[in-house]
Amino acid sequence: MATKVSHGDDAATGSRRTPFLVELYRSALGKKYLMAISGIVFMGYVLAHMLGNLKLYQGPEEFNKYAEFLREGLLTPILPESGMLNLLRLVLLVSLVVHVVAAVQLTRMNKQARPESYRSKRDYVAADFASRTMIWTGTIVLLFVAYHLADLTWGWVNPAEAGATVYDKVVASFSVPAVAAFYLVANLALGVHLYHGVWSLFQSLGINNRRFNHWRRALAVGFTVVVVGGNLSFPIAVQVGLIS
Amino acid sequence: MNLTLRVWRQAGPDAPGRFETYEATDISPDSSFLEMLDLVNEDLIGQGEEPIEFMHDCREGICGTCGMMINGRAHGPQSMTATCQLHMRTFQDGDELVLEPWRASGFPIVKDLVVDRSAFDRIIEAGGYISIDTGSAPDANLIPVAKQDADLAMDAAACIGCGACVAACPNGAGQLFTSAKLAQLNTLPQGQPERYERTEAMVEVMEEHFGSCTNMGECEAACPKGISIDFIAMMNRDYRKAKFRNRRSA
Ligand code: FES
Repeated sequence: MATKVSHGDDAATGSRRTPFLVELYRSALGKKYLMAISGIVFMGYVLAHMLGNLKLYQGPEEFNKYAEFLREGLLTPILPESGMLNLLRLVLLVSLVVHVVAAVQLTRMNKQARPESYRSKRDYVAADFASRTMIWTGTIVLLFVAYHLADLTWGWVNPAEAGATVYDKVVASFSVPAVAAFYLVANLALGVHLYHGVWSLFQSLGINNRRFNHWRRALAVGFTVVVVGGNLSFPIAVQVGLIS
Repeated sequence: MNLTLRVWRQAGPDAPGRFETYEATDISPDSSFLEMLDLVNEDLIGQGEEPIEFMHDCREGICGTCGMMINGRAHGPQSMTATCQLHMRTFQDGDELVLEPWRASGFPIVKDLVVDRSAFDRIIEAGGYISIDTGSAPDANLIPVAKQDADLAMDAAACIGCGACVAACPNGAGQLFTSAKLAQLNTLPQGQPERYERTEAMVEVMEEHFGSCTNMGECEAACPKGISIDFIAMMNRDYRKAKFRNRRSA
């Protein structure tokens, strides 16, 4: 409470002080804060990803050009080729680690907070399906991301022959009913996750004002519908032959 | 009216517990829920059995001791109503009522439906007070408080510390209680000098005892006093600021 008078050893600890975000992360509230920030990074990413992929509807040429642009054209020549892409990848990777590790740690903390669950059936009033299944919808999305990267980024499990264009790889992948189904399920899980997450992040960040609070849910619903709606359309379009 | 009760019976903190079934007969719909339990207990005592242990004090919804889970809901089915304020007319003749104590590691079971809520006292001890000299009553009235702030502080101060928020929360988090106790001081001028020390200290003690908030809103729905989760957002904001400020002044 009182301001400390600086002594010799105080100055020494001062120079080795932990960074603010690390210190914040030590508390559960801080973990939620950083989960909200990384969540915002993912929101930006899924929105851009969906909008970019709408180029699928413009045909192979436009779509392949867009893929090329992401790899080579992003902020070049200010940055070296793929520089910006790799920078974005780094930001996403760090966000992913923070988001997932914090989620696991907080889930464990919550489990410890109620080691013995209720023996009678709970009757929830406000806790909805989305908010109670975040850890599961998140896991589904995470598994999907791993598969999606192996399929389209690294090409390990892609059914198209070697040397195929990005467009051909996407079409080849989504032509397999099981892959298309997995994609649909994962995006529905993403939708459920976003529906709670986008609303929830305002609370975690302490952004609350009675004048605009009703917009938080509206934004969550709108954002979810746009992103998931767009994403779901791609495998469906391939399956019904709209994209081939 | 006649009801069947399934009540959690547990002889002591470490004893194994189980549900026992009791019949509550000839209950007036106008009686309160706790009066109904009193009648059941009188029968039990008459039969030479141990009465059902439950907590109560004021029986007017202000002391916060009477909490229990009734049919899977903290304080039962009626919103903004503490167990003692619940009337039997809320239920139907022939209903089965399942009564269970709060379950949270921060609220260990003492006996039957009674839990030890002293973890809440630990949170208050960490900063839920004002230690500056505010003077006598006339002096206090000299400090102008905006109507909006006074209203907000009063809304937060409605918290009776019953623990329903922790009990109802799927994560066993103590956010609604802690944020209300913080807000009732942090929104008033007298609370400002210690605002950030208080916020940091109380949040960190809370985290030693309870789970982490995932914004499900179940606490707000269960709260007999209708405390809003807006206070949780306020606490989150203040905590971040507190971490930043206290670090600079450390
Ligand atoms: S007995 Fe005091 S609040 Fe219910």
